Amino acid sequence: MADEVVLLDFWLSMFGMRVRIALAEKGIKYEYKEQDIFNKSPLLLEMNPIHKKIPVLIHNGKPVCESLIIVQYIDEVWNDKSPLLPSDPYQRAHARFWADFVDKKVYEVSRKLWATKGEELEVGKKEFFEIYKILEGELGDKPYFGGETFGFVDLSLITFYSWFHVYEVFGNINIEAECPKIIAWAKRCLQKETVANSLADQKKVYEAVGQLRKMRGLE
Amino acid sequence: MAEEVLVFGAWGSPFSRRVEMALKLKGIEYKYIEEDITNKSPSLLKYNPVHKKIPVLVHNGKPVAESLVILEYIDETWKDSPILSKDPSERANARFWAKFIDEKCLPAIFKACWGEEKEHEKALEEATELLQFLENELKEKRYFGGETVGLLDIAANIIGYWLGVFEEASGTELLTREKFPKLCNWANEFVSVSAIKENLPPREKLIAYLRNRFGVGTASKYTRHL
Repeated sequence: MADEVVLLDFWLSMFGMRVRIALAEKGIKYEYKEQDIFNKSPLLLEMNPIHKKIPVLIHNGKPVCESLIIVQYIDEVWNDKSPLLPSDPYQRAHARFWADFVDKKVYEVSRKLWATKGEELEVGKKEFFEIYKILEGELGDKPYFGGETFGFVDLSLITFYSWFHVYEVFGNINIEAECPKIIAWAKRCLQKETVANSLADQKKVYEAVGQLRKMRGLE
Repeated sequence: MAEEVLVFGAWGSPFSRRVEMALKLKGIEYKYIEEDITNKSPSLLKYNPVHKKIPVLVHNGKPVAESLVILEYIDETWKDSPILSKDPSERANARFWAKFIDEKCLPAIFKACWGEEKEHEKALEEATELLQFLENELKEKRYFGGETVGLLDIAANIIGYWLGVFEEASGTELLTREKFPKLCNWANEFVSVSAIKENLPPREKLIAYLRNRFGVGTASKYTRHL
C-alpha cells in the first residue's frame, strides 16, 4: 500500500524546514500544504488541536506534531536509509541533548533580535552570542555537530540560517564576525542539496519579517 | 566489566526522581548523589556544564543530562522492561505528551499555585484546560503506557504525585475527582507501583520545602481577602 504523507507547514518556519530536510534526506514523496498561520485552517486545528501550530506531519491520516518529534518519527519509520540519528545510545542521547538545547535556547534569543527594540533588543543581542558561542564550542573542529556527517543536531540548527539576514539587519549584528565557525558550518551544510532545497531564501524571509514588524509597530 | 551508574539528583525534584524510577523499573543498580542546588558540586558542574542542573546520569563515566533524554537513553541501553513501545507512532505520541507536561502543564500548574494574585483565576482555568487534554489522552488505559508503566507515566510523575503536594502546600484545588476521574485513578495506580512508590519524596517534608521556597500559595492569599 502506498504511503500517504502530508506536511502542514509555513514557508518561513525554521521548524517546518527541519521536517522538509528530513523528508528530503529519506527521499519521501509528500504533499506540502502551505498554512496561513494568521488564519488557521480547519485541517490544522483538527490535526494539532493542542498547540494549533505547524509543522504537522500527517502519515496515512495520523498526525505527528512538534518538529523534532516528527524528525525522529521519520527516522524510525523510514529506517532503511540515511539515518538522521546515530545508532549508539550514548551518541543518540548526546544528539537529543543538543537538539533540545537548540529548541530551548536558540529560538527565544533569536526572536528578540527582530521582535523587540531598545533595552530588550540589547539584552537579546548579548544572549544570542552567548548561546551561539556555546554552540561553537560544541561544534569544535568537527565538520558537523554530528561528526563526519550531517546529523540530528545539524538539522535542528541549520534552519535558523534562513533567518540570519533578518537577525543581522534588524538586530544590527554581524554573525560571521562573532561566530565564524558557525557561518563556515552553515555554508558546509548548504552544500547538501536536501538542505539547500529545504531552506527558505534569506531575502524573502527578511522581506516577510519586515512586513510583520510594520504590523507590530516596530518600524 | 562492572557497570557504574551514578545519578546526580535532588530529593524533591520530580525530574531526578524520573531517572530513579526508570532505573528501578529496569532493576538497574546505581549510586545516588544528592546535590544541594544552592551549592552545586564541582562534579555536577563538570558533568553538566551547559545547564548546571540535575538530574545527570553518569554511565561508566559518560554523562547524560535532561530527564527525558536520560529516560530514552536508559530505555535504549537496558532493554529489559521497556518503557517505550517499538511502534514509531506510539513513541511519537509518548514524546509529544511528555514534552507537553514539561513545557505547558508544569508552568501552568505552578502559576495556578504560586502565581500573581490578579492572574489566579486565569491561571486556574489554563491549568485545568491542560489537564483535561491529559485526562482525554488517558482514555480507558490503566497507565499512559498501556498495561505497564511507560515513559509517559514516568514523565507524568509531576501529575501523579507532585501536583497533589503542590495543591496541599499552596491551598489550590486542581486535580479533583469530579473533573478528572481518569487522572485520579491513574495517579493512585501510578503511586502504588513499587518502583515508583520507593522514589517519592516524603510528603510533609516536600510541603514544608515548597512553602518555605515559594510561599503559602496564591489561593491561600486569595481566600484571605474574601
